[in-house]
Amino acid sequence: MKKKLIFEKNVAGRRGFSFSKDDVPRYLWEDFLPAELKRKEKLYFPQLSELDVVRHYSRLAEMNFSVDKNFYPLGSCTMKYNPKMNELAAEERGFSQLHPYQEEEDVQGMLELLYLLEKVLVEITGMEHFSFQPAAGAAGELSGMLMIKKFFLQRKDFLRQEVIVPDSSHGTNPASATLAGFKVVTIKSSQEGLVDIDALSRICGSRTAALMLTNPNTLGLFEEKIWDMAEIVHKQGGLLYYDGANLNPLLGKVRISDMGFDIMHINLHKTFATPHGGGGPGGGPVGARGKLKEFLPLPLIGKSEDRFYLEYKLPNSIGRVRSFYGNIPVMVKAFAYLLRLGKEGLLRVAEHAVLNANYLKEKLKNYYEPATDKPCWHEVVFAGLKNKTTNVRTFDIAKRLIDYGVHPPTVYFPLIVKEALMIEPTETESKQILDEFAGVMEAIAKEAVDNPQLVKEAPHTTPVGRLDEAKAARQPQLRWVPPSA
Amino acid sequence: MPYIPHTPKERQEMLETIGKKSLCQLFETLPVDLRLRKELNLDRGLSEKEALDFIKQLAAKNKNLDAYNSFLGGGVYPHFVPAALKAILQQGGFYTSYTPYQAEASQGTLQAIYEYQSYICLLTGMDVTSASLYDGASAVAESILMARRINKRKKVLLGRSLHPEYRQVVKTYTAGIEIDIEELKWDKEGKILLPELEMNLNDDVSAVVVALPNFFGLVEDIKTITTLAHKHNALVIVVANPLFLSLVQPLSYYEVDIVCGEGQILGQRAYWGGETFGFIATRQEFLRKIPGRIVGRTTDKKGEEGFVLTLQAREQHIRREKATSNICSNQSLNALACSVYLSLLGEQGIKALAERIFSRAHYLYEQLVSKKLVQEVFGSHFWGEFVVKIPHLEQVGKEMKKHRILAGVKLGKLYPQLENCLLVFVDGDKSKKDLDSFVQTLEKLI
Amino acid sequence: MAKLYSKSHEWVEVQEGSRARVGVSDYAQKELGDIVFLELPDVGKEFHKAEQFGTIESTKSVSELFLPLAGKIVAVNQAVIDNPALVNQDPEGEGWLVEIEIEDKTQLEELLSPQDYRSFIAQEH
Repeated sequence: MKKKLIFEKNVAGRRGFSFSKDDVPRYLWEDFLPAELKRKEKLYFPQLSELDVVRHYSRLAEMNFSVDKNFYPLGSCTMKYNPKMNELAAEERGFSQLHPYQEEEDVQGMLELLYLLEKVLVEITGMEHFSFQPAAGAAGELSGMLMIKKFFLQRKDFLRQEVIVPDSSHGTNPASATLAGFKVVTIKSSQEGLVDIDALSRICGSRTAALMLTNPNTLGLFEEKIWDMAEIVHKQGGLLYYDGANLNPLLGKVRISDMGFDIMHINLHKTFATPHGGGGPGGGPVGARGKLKEFLPLPLIGKSEDRFYLEYKLPNSIGRVRSFYGNIPVMVKAFAYLLRLGKEGLLRVAEHAVLNANYLKEKLKNYYEPATDKPCWHEVVFAGLKNKTTNVRTFDIAKRLIDYGVHPPTVYFPLIVKEALMIEPTETESKQILDEFAGVMEAIAKEAVDNPQLVKEAPHTTPVGRLDEAKAARQPQLRWVPPSA
Repeated sequence: MPYIPHTPKERQEMLETIGKKSLCQLFETLPVDLRLRKELNLDRGLSEKEALDFIKQLAAKNKNLDAYNSFLGGGVYPHFVPAALKAILQQGGFYTSYTPYQAEASQGTLQAIYEYQSYICLLTGMDVTSASLYDGASAVAESILMARRINKRKKVLLGRSLHPEYRQVVKTYTAGIEIDIEELKWDKEGKILLPELEMNLNDDVSAVVVALPNFFGLVEDIKTITTLAHKHNALVIVVANPLFLSLVQPLSYYEVDIVCGEGQILGQRAYWGGETFGFIATRQEFLRKIPGRIVGRTTDKKGEEGFVLTLQAREQHIRREKATSNICSNQSLNALACSVYLSLLGEQGIKALAERIFSRAHYLYEQLVSKKLVQEVFGSHFWGEFVVKIPHLEQVGKEMKKHRILAGVKLGKLYPQLENCLLVFVDGDKSKKDLDSFVQTLEKLI
Repeated sequence: MAKLYSKSHEWVEVQEGSRARVGVSDYAQKELGDIVFLELPDVGKEFHKAEQFGTIESTKSVSELFLPLAGKIVAVNQAVIDNPALVNQDPEGEGWLVEIEIEDKTQLEELLSPQDYRSFIAQEH
């Protein structure tokens, strides 16, 4: 059957929805609202049966690669298995049917869950408090940057306008810092892929508000001199922000506070296994310690005796970063996951995430060029094929992987590695899967020599071939337009 | 260990392949003095049943809306969500995938976003939109930042009748940059005080923000506001309730520049205000200023039609500090829920639903006013939500709750001048009995 | 007259008198990839030497365009705005971007000859 947009499946007169009995008198728009505002145009929404709708979307779902179906080693995104129990937990009507304007006495269980979740996050990271408001990692970063901004403003330290980010950082770091009104200073990575300490000493000074860092970094390397870096920044009066995107391999191994960080966010959808939802929702709780915690977004969760409450008495808070209290189902799922793991489970997560990445590094290094020689942590980055004589690029390898049923790794990131292939297997993948993947990668490396055209034209097995991105951007078609319009 | 498939034998083989003796050796680049030397002070892991039981017990401590005849609204509008929608969202192909960076392996998500973009454009009457933002509040903040990118002006006027939490979020988002937010009073009908707007408008004003309906449920005079703002080339940002828009002429007819808002009312469960989505739509000319991911339609070499993420050069992963926004993860699954919901409702369904809300709200309002159970505050230029004044509201509210009625949002805490005022939302599935019981209960109490 | 180049990869070609065409180099076009959008200034706007006068967007990036010489915009190439692919197809001919009225011709001396530009990009690589 030809693929169609949902709008093209319209059959006038069909319906997929039922209303309860209509026994309330009808009121007329014109009696209360301006007649000229009343819609005269059709909306052009399709009319469909329930089965039409279910089939349309089920077919779309089938066209996606997903963790449930495919190995999905998308670096920096921690695409681990999303336990089904978590979905069940979040379905509880005691959570889904709560209104944000209900009184505190009616939402004690909700508050207790967040209170307990905060305690766990505090224990894992060494921060003192978390705010659950930020809806995603980038929102957590923005909150953190705004906190830092306000912190210095309050000390009348107006000079501190700069945030230092490594050139290997996630794009959200400089974007968030800019949004908060900072000037971004990029620091080059050293030859071995780490922050250049000498360069940091030179750049860091009385204008430095913060250093924003993820550790292990996006090359999958641990910044071993993190303590020296913290000292340099702190000595100059600056602060350290931890981008929690790569928290997974640190669980139970090292605390964020022990590395000298003052403030951080956690990506619940990465480290704590909540599903990525085709691009969201995420959860980006922001945490802080020391003086900084007074600046966290409102509200926090408090407890007195055995009653839980929303804490608004934080005069230094930056305020709200979204309406109400955050992406609640994400919090429930993350909490369910943490209950299952417990202290020993968390440690095993970190260990096996690192084991899997190093195993892949070892299995792939004969065919792909490791970006560095150092032992990696949760992810491994290759600078494309080892054999540089073929014209097959990382882009082609990614596309060819799709034919083998594997979701491609992150490609061309970090920006500092040419032809980067960034592979994060996560701990939930078995040795068999990794071996199969290594076999596929080896096969593609061979194809790149024996039959490069096959790789360059991949994928061959998908509903569509390589799509013309230039055309999409030159003549943007961004929506369906009704035929008559 | 939960969710870790390695057998001891496999673990050993893998370690041997790497050339390590133990898992601990994998962490040799972790400086010794940073290592955590003790176990985390957490409980042992639970079985699936234990964990679920624990969570169920927490959920049971909440008094959820099932127990009440609820009239709570104020930005979050609980409503029935069809079973088919839930079933679709629970498909692994949707919820366990990520951002469709690899188009050929993500045509499902891409087409779904394209259809979502189409729905938002049809509802708002605007030309272009993006793949979703976090929520209504951040969508307003992003709209203000977008307006500033377009005209480089530094003053924003917004009604105090905009959702209080949205105004707080706008303040937070703009704290670090040079931008002045000025709040406008409301008139006796609860709408933006037009003479004040006119007085404050000048060539420094980047944008005027107006909610439709506003926080009090009242329908603002979009036409006049747009005319006034455009005289000074200020942009107009309408913060719209998308369900209400199904009854309203396309906003492009009023030359509105940006339409944004909260999508909760379109198929999202209440979740304590928790998991919704925000949207932002604008005219073609501002396409490259819009925040968030955008999906476009194109072709492959064989001419087969397909979908890709496009105009990515605006985004943080490419443009870093010069991006139009820092947003990366958005609320994709919630945007999907919106599309499914609208597909189930269809052309007739959505209008019928919006009209049912309108009739029910006006019926209840009329009953309350004609029986003199409440005092009128702003009048009746509302769609689905209205404000009334009830002496001793605190006490009355408590009594109503004892009768299993959540009468509405008390406005006194949000606006001190609206002490004893109640914001009442009436869902489209309410029966006459539900509404009459509100009236009769109040009658007994007063 | 031959083209002269800037280190930010724009070229200048003096037409007649003090009128000159400006575009991006073939090397820049290749590095940027498929050009999809151009943001160019209105006629009449004046710029300093090395000031940003527009942006050039490809599927992979947005880059700034810098005017190699101080001057006033006297013409904008509508053909590249309508069809940005022209910059890929003929960057140093039909794919020109703007024409300017040069403010100070001595600034031409500070630009690179085709030969110097070639060795500059060889070095950069």
